[in-house]
Amino acid sequence: MTSLRIFFIGGLISFRALFNWLSPWIYIPSLLVAPIFQILLFAYIGRSAGIESDTFFVIGNAVQYSAIPCLFAMANTVAGERYTQTLGIVLVTPARRIPLFLGRSLPVVVNGFVVSMFSLAVGSLLLDVSIPPSRWLPLALVVAVAAASCTGLGLVNAALGLRVRETAVLSNVLFGVLLVFCGVNVSLDALPDWMATVGRWLPLTHAIEAARELAAGAGLGSVAGLIGTEVALGIGYGAIGLLALRLLEVEGRRRATLEIQ
Amino acid sequence: MLVIAYWLHLKMLAASVFDGIFQVIWPLFFATTAFLVYRQADDPAVMVYAGLGSAVMGIWSVVATTASSLLQRERWLGTLELLVAAPTRFALVLVPITTAMASLGLYSLTATLLWGWLLFGITVPVASPVLFVLAIAVSIFSIALIGFLLSVAVVRYRTAWAMGNMLEYPGWLVCGFLVPLTIFPTWVGWIAYALPPTWGMQAIRSAASGGSPWRDVLLCLGLGMVYGLVGALLSETVLRSARRHATLSLT
Repeated sequence: MTSLRIFFIGGLISFRALFNWLSPWIYIPSLLVAPIFQILLFAYIGRSAGIESDTFFVIGNAVQYSAIPCLFAMANTVAGERYTQTLGIVLVTPARRIPLFLGRSLPVVVNGFVVSMFSLAVGSLLLDVSIPPSRWLPLALVVAVAAASCTGLGLVNAALGLRVRETAVLSNVLFGVLLVFCGVNVSLDALPDWMATVGRWLPLTHAIEAARELAAGAGLGSVAGLIGTEVALGIGYGAIGLLALRLLEVEGRRRATLEIQ
Repeated sequence: MLVIAYWLHLKMLAASVFDGIFQVIWPLFFATTAFLVYRQADDPAVMVYAGLGSAVMGIWSVVATTASSLLQRERWLGTLELLVAAPTRFALVLVPITTAMASLGLYSLTATLLWGWLLFGITVPVASPVLFVLAIAVSIFSIALIGFLLSVAVVRYRTAWAMGNMLEYPGWLVCGFLVPLTIFPTWVGWIAYALPPTWGMQAIRSAASGGSPWRDVLLCLGLGMVYGLVGALLSETVLRSARRHATLSLT
């Protein structure tokens, strides 16, 4: 029961407290307007280069932009607590760490999903991309999986936040890596082999591929393998993140580095 | 005084190795993506176009994202009141800071040219090196003046950094860094031509290709001065208002 309370109530409260981007003055420009311009930028680069369709860029960038809320919000679960000088208080509690950190992940997944779906809808409208109505529900499922999977990487990011001061910079670098390697604007076939190999081990890659196939008319069953791989990667990153959080917490206590500013 | 203020702020801004590296790395992610997209067109001229545009867009990035939060940062540091109280025009205090910020874009410009050359084999031919450097210098100064206007325009906006971050993509999109203006609707072209970086980018491309960049250089500089003048007028108005309402610290 306590774990459930920590998971749901603790997670929601900490999200509202730590993810200060929920202010409309930040949320609208950063999470609703910026992804639209990212979509437009790469769609027009694609038009200029004469490669791929607008649909390709709308889906790739809309799904990938969930990385911003997912990576930044998870980093704030550590950096935000440190900034408000409550990290020590949180880590001294006897609360089980899995519900503590997973509870903080759930609102992040929902937020990442909202940002991606908004970007997908508005990007499609602006570029006159036609996605049949019957495709939106399966697309929503894939976007939700992508947001969850990316939040798994966010947990790793949060763990690194126990040792890295500049978590915002770290989050931006991870965002950039996902942009380049995950087949967001260049299909894996067109990437150098080593980059495509790296991309296949990152979150979002398989979800983006699945979303493109769904938009092109494929059935949910035919992309089940891609979705399954994305889920497995998300669970893998999440597990590594939780483990790293535990190890770095112990290390932080031993070296007295939890409060590095 | 302007030169000393510029040099002082340039040294302070360049002191953070971490920030410096990030200002280089961040545009590189987008440059790399653009190179990977344009590479599929299999046209060396297109790669040179992308190489030069990607190199210059870092100057826009560094100003758009940092100038908007300039006054907020001074506020946090507790130095805003001191700057306002200085016995000189506020504009003359801020312009050297935004110019120093824009100058840091040279890191990004150099790194992106090297990155494109080393990893993608993009060699940007520069037919007129002197005019090329002049075009870059004028672009930096004009972008700095936009940054100055931006910094005072959002002074009442507590989370101005979010506005600055939001402006990064539109600048990259419409100023001709990576996408030719001819493929946009006409109304986007009008917005683009009202922005100095558009002319600066054209001047840099002209100087690199051996054309005459003078018209573009003058338009870039002239438009930049207009933005600077509007910023100067606005800064006086904003300061008067902040003093009258005691809202300088926004706390």
